[in-house]
Amino acid sequence: MGLIAEGILHAFRLLLSGDPEVWQITFLSLQISGAATLLSLAIGIPAGTALALSRFPGRGLVVSLVNTGMGLPPVVVGLFVTILLWRNGVLGALELLYTPTAMVLAQLVIAAPIVTGLTMAAVQQVPERFRLQVLALGASRTQMTWVLVKEARLPLLAAMMAGFGGVISEVGASMMVGGNLKGSTRVLTTATVLETSKGNFDIAIALSVILLAITFLVNWALTAIQQRR
Amino acid sequence: MTRRLVLTLALLLVMAAGLKPGPTLAQASVILSTTTSTQDSGLLDVLVPMFEKKSGLTVKTISVGTGQALALAARGEADVTLAHAPALEKKYVEEGKMQNRRVVMYNDFVIVGPEDDPAKVKGLPAAGKALKRIAAAQARFVSRGDKSGTHILELGLWKQAGLEPKGAWYIESGQGMGATLGIANDRRAYTISDRGTWLAFQKRVSLPIMVERDRPLLNIYSVMEVNPANGPRVNAAGGKAFAEFMLSPEVQALIRTFGMDKYGQALFVPIAGKKDEDF
Repeated sequence: MGLIAEGILHAFRLLLSGDPEVWQITFLSLQISGAATLLSLAIGIPAGTALALSRFPGRGLVVSLVNTGMGLPPVVVGLFVTILLWRNGVLGALELLYTPTAMVLAQLVIAAPIVTGLTMAAVQQVPERFRLQVLALGASRTQMTWVLVKEARLPLLAAMMAGFGGVISEVGASMMVGGNLKGSTRVLTTATVLETSKGNFDIAIALSVILLAITFLVNWALTAIQQRR
Repeated sequence: MTRRLVLTLALLLVMAAGLKPGPTLAQASVILSTTTSTQDSGLLDVLVPMFEKKSGLTVKTISVGTGQALALAARGEADVTLAHAPALEKKYVEEGKMQNRRVVMYNDFVIVGPEDDPAKVKGLPAAGKALKRIAAAQARFVSRGDKSGTHILELGLWKQAGLEPKGAWYIESGQGMGATLGIANDRRAYTISDRGTWLAFQKRVSLPIMVERDRPLLNIYSVMEVNPANGPRVNAAGGKAFAEFMLSPEVQALIRTFGMDKYGQALFVPIAGKKDEDF
């Protein structure tokens, strides 16, 4: 117990003293996971809406695949993305391995199915009668889709929070594709693993507290938007 | 709708612009594959920035187990390797995957265990004899089990002792040295650790040294350059530059005192210019 209290105190000390490395790591975590979440929204919301509104042969299979993808193990994603990005890999010429861009890519693979799956569920739960009514009022298909997405605002923001929560807390893929390089790909989760393995438990706890705090702040902001009238 | 979309895209662009892109010049970065123990000791945190400043190259330090560090290098996924498993390293050199292997420094391993020492190994001069007693007593022993340099050394010791460790008393952690020490501490078991990590965990584990300073417990670190034939994008010049840097008098002098301030004793002994046979 003493250790945890010590760690929490240490977290405040690190933040208040303006420790440049801790701030840089915190900011990088937000940047990478924020970019991955936004990209996953750009892909997941249209894809999820399309899946919710369309009927085609094999749709059941695609939906099952998306739902499975919502639980993709980050280490598996990390392993495959690493192999793809190896110098001798398919995308080796891009020289992306061990860069923040590679981490965004891996986190996007993790978050996109989550956002797609939750968007699909959100749009589908809007009653069909509502859809027909909007169309009957003379809306075009695009307008109808837009109204639907707005109607599903609450669950969509929940999708965003789930996507962000999934990637900001993820460590396996970030460690593998980023390499935990000091000053360039070290994020809060990988730094926590490193400090733990060094035996610096107080710093590790401090980093965990910071991670929890920023996750809370981001979700608080999103919840504020979600619950706004 | 379009306005929101434009806003989102603009935000994405800002985020992306803030991220450092991959190096545009292939030769501008060197990938160093190394072991977790060198990273955990903090030595590389001092040496890497020094090298970057001197050479103008960016170093990407990938700290993994020795097995993986060498396997990555053999695939041309690294440019230079700093490892501590001489037998395995020599095999890679013989196969032509690695070249110009040179010793850099050493530290040593210690056999540690619970205070009450159920297998009665404390103070034995030979590591092999201690392992024999641990096996005979079926006293719990935690192995790294991860193909790290430490694990490879441990397996070598069992082999030399003519034993094949098996049974409920032999626990494989599959984790790094720190985590393994933690498990050994909790399970009141013996384990083998490099001295540096053991010192770093003094505050958290109470596993006194049982056996030390036996020749087979010597932990020799070598630097090797990756054969450019291993892959199309190996930065051979950068790898060589890092190897030379590790052997330079300046770095060797720094290694001699590294750790003094924190642990009251140096963590490594520099040995550039020597050979394995000298020990």
